[in-house]
Amino acid sequence: MIEAGHFAAFLALVFSGLQVGFGLRTDRERAGLFAKLAFVTMLFAFFTLIWAFARSDFSVELVFEHSHTLKPLGYKIAGTWGNHEGSMALWCVVGLGFGAAGAWLLKTGRPAFEARALGIQGLLSLASLAYLLLASSPFTRLDPAPLQGSGLNPLLQDPALAIHPPMLYLGYVGYSFVFALAAAGLIEGRIDRDWAKAARGWALAAFVPLTLGIALGSYWAYYELGWGGWWFWDPVENASLMPWLIGAALMHSVIVTEKRGSFAAWTALLAVLAFCFSMLGAFLVRSGVLTSVHAFAVDPLRGSVLLAGLVVLGGSALLLFAIRAPKLKPGPDYVAVSREGALMGNNLVLTVAAATVMLGTLFPLLAEALGETISVGEPYFHLTFTPIMALALVALPVVQAWAWGKADLSSLWKWAAGFAGLVAVFWLAGVGPLDIPLLAGVGLAIAVWLIFGAAQEIWRRAKTVERLPKMPMRVWGMTLAHAGLGLFVAGAVLETTARTQTTLALQEGQSQEVAGWTMTLDDVSSIEGPNWYADRATLTATRGGTKATLKPQKRYYPAARMPTTETAIHKTGTADLYVALGDGRRSREGETRWTFEVFLNPFIDFIYLGVALIALGAGLSMVGKRKRPKTTEAA
Amino acid sequence: MRARTKRLWGVGTAAALLVSAVALSAMALKQHADLFYTPGLIAQNGMPDEGKRVRVGGWVQEGSLAYGDGAEMNFLIEDGSGETVMVSYTGIAPDLFREGEGVVATGRFGPHGDFTAEQILAKHDENYEPRELKKVQQAAS
Repeated sequence: MIEAGHFAAFLALVFSGLQVGFGLRTDRERAGLFAKLAFVTMLFAFFTLIWAFARSDFSVELVFEHSHTLKPLGYKIAGTWGNHEGSMALWCVVGLGFGAAGAWLLKTGRPAFEARALGIQGLLSLASLAYLLLASSPFTRLDPAPLQGSGLNPLLQDPALAIHPPMLYLGYVGYSFVFALAAAGLIEGRIDRDWAKAARGWALAAFVPLTLGIALGSYWAYYELGWGGWWFWDPVENASLMPWLIGAALMHSVIVTEKRGSFAAWTALLAVLAFCFSMLGAFLVRSGVLTSVHAFAVDPLRGSVLLAGLVVLGGSALLLFAIRAPKLKPGPDYVAVSREGALMGNNLVLTVAAATVMLGTLFPLLAEALGETISVGEPYFHLTFTPIMALALVALPVVQAWAWGKADLSSLWKWAAGFAGLVAVFWLAGVGPLDIPLLAGVGLAIAVWLIFGAAQEIWRRAKTVERLPKMPMRVWGMTLAHAGLGLFVAGAVLETTARTQTTLALQEGQSQEVAGWTMTLDDVSSIEGPNWYADRATLTATRGGTKATLKPQKRYYPAARMPTTETAIHKTGTADLYVALGDGRRSREGETRWTFEVFLNPFIDFIYLGVALIALGAGLSMVGKRKRPKTTEAA
Repeated sequence: MRARTKRLWGVGTAAALLVSAVALSAMALKQHADLFYTPGLIAQNGMPDEGKRVRVGGWVQEGSLAYGDGAEMNFLIEDGSGETVMVSYTGIAPDLFREGEGVVATGRFGPHGDFTAEQILAKHDENYEPRELKKVQQAAS
């Protein structure tokens, strides 16, 4: 079976090659046909891998190394992409899937352009398939077949982490198609309104799953690692944030190109960069050049192959850009105070923010080359990324109302007064009842400001209540995404400034006060699961009249010889009461004390809800029709 | 001329933003890049500044791990050079933190050479360990 899969993957490689050939010869029909064939054959190859995992066929080396008969079926299947080789196979499937989707959905009325885009997409797929088959083949057999597998990294045996990689890859690899569209447009020297109209949907189609994938990864780290936080500014996390920021800039700049024909070169550059940063992310994660809390077992050789791919593909695209960009047609005139200017500001901030993240992430590599071992942590990012973004968020509600070409500034003083008032309110509340630091007060003011701004903008466009439901999906999408951003900021500010962390050491029957809660350790018992056993503590938490039972576990997976932390979370309505179980320590009197890490994380749900709204908003504006009612044309 | 002025404005704003971002980043990096030490390096080059955030890596010395009455714990980090650093930490150690295993502790030195860790990084599966430790290992062998 797996040999059939191996053969199919080779066949997919051949079909991709044909896709490239016909694509570059501008044969739209045949390029599309081979794109679809390549996808179907690679999908079959991937299914043979899934089948081997589902059946625990340990004669396949990959299954032996990353699976176990006692694992639940769902995790056996998810184990297919819970390792390097399998995840690269998934990367190929997704890349070919975008090629096939492009062959099916791309209808611009310019077959030569479409053929070229498919050809370049085929080239990217070809590169990833070659890497899969030559440098990290998942189709290797073992002889004789072992009787039992050595188990998946137990940290990955988790529902959020089962769907996190496919989501993230849909985003990363989704940008490969945007890259292909940009390269095809540059080859023809035509990045215009029609191009942007075609590219915009694909940019959003990559942005939505990338957003969800990052959120899932963050949520997993929150409840599975037992450290209480949701973002650690770890290199692997930053690796996904960089393409996200560039992707966010792209989806704003492509609007300008679509509506006005301006920013053509800039939009093309961002389209190229989004995929370059996706590849950089894959390189950082897979090569292990940086110390990360999420790093996998790594292989430096594979890292250098990935890096070479990044340099060659990214370099040639940038070269193409440098040759063609000066020849692109500029759009109509505009002044700085205009919607064009506003979106240019948005783009500047997002790209500069991405650059600061990149600097902080890659600086340790640079320093290492100079002989110093250092690491860059959270304080750096709080000093650079956060103020830069804050600046943009304050401006957002004001500038989104600006008109194309030239905007009217007469109401600017109202906006300034409004924001100053909001800051004053939160500052007064901050020093008084809320007892939060001044900067957190400013942060909360920005959050409320964003949500107010989103509501104000759709109201400005609709003007009456009856027209609100008739507003185009794109406008609703923008409103939801910007409001979601506000919700996210509120959650992030509250969680970061008001989180409390306490370490407890309790014997059975003892209690201790934590952040207003009385925590009592009732007992600690041993339990067993399909492929693990655990110590499970039962804690009763009481505050006033409310009572909650929390059962955190410390699991041990014998097959992987590895313990994991299973946190317990009680939602109080405004916060998460979060408990992680540590180890049992025998005291001098022979009593066992159990250690616990207890966090009270206020409003952390706002963070995930906000990010979900951003993804939903981007999704809505993707499916929405472009045609708008005449009355809103004033925008 | 208008197009040119416009472009100048655009480039000017971009440059100003970029310069301030780079300045901000350079300052932040200068203050907040955490240097990595091993016990041997400290003995050789002297102690890092008191109160500055640094990272110390090596192995947890066999038999050195001791627990206090609460959640406090102490252990020695060694790196094969014969030197050690005493680390104290309050909290739950990572799942794979054990005597004899590799560890990277982030924290600050006190006035008497005692090190208080804020975060402890151990290898987090059987195949992966913090990158710095590989170099310590190479240096020791």
